[in-house]
Amino acid sequence: MDKLSDLSAAMISQAIKEKKLDAAVVYDFFRQRAKQLNPRLNSLVEIYDSPVPAQGESGLAGVPIVIKDNICIEGRKITCASRILDSHTAVYDATVITRLKNAGLKILGTANMDEFAFGSSTENSCYGPVKNPWNIERVPGGSSGGSAAAVASRQVPLALGSDTGGSIRQPAGLCGVVGFKPTYGRVSRYGLIAFGSSLDQIGTFTRDFTDCAHLLNIICGHDSLDSTSSQIAVPDFTKSLGQDLAGLRIGLPREYFGEGLDPQVRSAVTEAIEVFKSKGARIVDISLPHTKYAVAVYYIAASSEASSNLQRFDGVKYGLRAKTNNMIDLHKLSRGQGFGPEAKRRIFLGTYSLSSGYYDAYYLRALKVRRLIKTDFDKAFKEVDVILTPTAPAEAFKFGEKTADPLSMYLSDIYTISANLAGLPAVSFPCGFTKNNLPIGGQLIGKEFDEAALIRLGAAYQSQTEWHMKMPALP
Amino acid sequence: MENKNIVDYVANLARVEVSPEEKAYLGGQLSKILEYIEALKQADVSGVEPLRGMHLDQGLTRQDAAEVSPHRRNILANAPAKEENSFKIPKVIE
Repeated sequence: MDKLSDLSAAMISQAIKEKKLDAAVVYDFFRQRAKQLNPRLNSLVEIYDSPVPAQGESGLAGVPIVIKDNICIEGRKITCASRILDSHTAVYDATVITRLKNAGLKILGTANMDEFAFGSSTENSCYGPVKNPWNIERVPGGSSGGSAAAVASRQVPLALGSDTGGSIRQPAGLCGVVGFKPTYGRVSRYGLIAFGSSLDQIGTFTRDFTDCAHLLNIICGHDSLDSTSSQIAVPDFTKSLGQDLAGLRIGLPREYFGEGLDPQVRSAVTEAIEVFKSKGARIVDISLPHTKYAVAVYYIAASSEASSNLQRFDGVKYGLRAKTNNMIDLHKLSRGQGFGPEAKRRIFLGTYSLSSGYYDAYYLRALKVRRLIKTDFDKAFKEVDVILTPTAPAEAFKFGEKTADPLSMYLSDIYTISANLAGLPAVSFPCGFTKNNLPIGGQLIGKEFDEAALIRLGAAYQSQTEWHMKMPALP
Repeated sequence: MENKNIVDYVANLARVEVSPEEKAYLGGQLSKILEYIEALKQADVSGVEPLRGMHLDQGLTRQDAAEVSPHRRNILANAPAKEENSFKIPKVIE
């Protein structure tokens, strides 16, 4: 049998079922590998000596998985990579955790991230930055940089992350793995520490679309504990594997291929188009004319929601409490000491947008433009079944390159943000490498609740290419 | 609003203490971001309804029934200060 770290999650699970592998041996192998690589990558916050107890059957039973450190696992430390929550213990399981346990997956630890998921490089973590496994002088993307780096380096076959403006897809693109953000409402947000409640969605990191389909089968579905959770039936996503693409129409939005796109990324995505065509898909040029407003809309909407959601970190019920005898000072000092610089920027931007006298000009106007962006997609999806774009405008950047200029950091999410604003499913898949040997990601955006089309396309692409089999050189 | 004043204004509203060093860079950064956001003024939003989120109209409800939280002891274990079954805070009313 091949080396364990080379096997897909579905293959490992199958081998355990056939008693060719022992689940405890598998867990120990990945725990050792995770421990060995972590000093180099800093991708994991905690590595558990033994898995979180779980009983159940599924296509991924017995496979180890890591969880972004903003999703609650009962009885375990949860930090959001923030000083304000350091030493906090989760008091209940997120619904996705209950679902993973019932499917027999083995939770191996928690993944490093940008503080409260604020960032595109995982440089904003109180535990220090995560390194890109392809080149440790480069960022892994963010905010789920730990999850992406852990799967790319094969510390673990699977990870969960969260995506508010690209936080799964952008790091997946920069680390060369498959990062899937389902339709808003497809996966329960119960137990995900909220950032932007109208945008947040839990999703998956895998190396291939087979594992992705299995993992989505497990985490998707209605939950009465989340009032925005959808009751629309979830199909078996593994049925979308191994299909051809006859009759599928792929839209190429011209706004995503213009100024600011690295020519190497452009040519990799252009080559992907040829692969899709060879499997029977038809290409249609489309326009999403309000794309130019997406980043501005997002930073108003997401920061406003974040400033409201983060009010709960007030030094009273949990987390860091500053020493003072005055109640107002207790709030101010605890929050001042506990939140890092990016969290403060977002809270301040959101507070400003929501404040009296600025609400109409910023927050309300942003939500109106958000409607225009959604309408662009509604119109486009009358002509096409899916939309293909680059995931990020360029390869993984160097540490410190964008930290002094938050706006330049925000613009690295320019292609991923719109799917969140419109609530659509989207996935980043590996589609090439730059001359610096850094991964390039392509992004597919689907119609609401049509994750199946994205899996069909992604699996067909991976049947013709080997980008997803490449592995970074690691000691 | 001037850079320094923006930071003082929102820091107080948001109840976040900021050091003089933080004030120095946050003001410039925030005004640069706000300047970028000004671009939204070019969009024609006449007659457009704001989009606050997805699936807000599905009207999902569950039974409004009281339950005993099984987590009380664990919740209190996370408190920075507690007394018996309560969170403890400094005196609020003089």
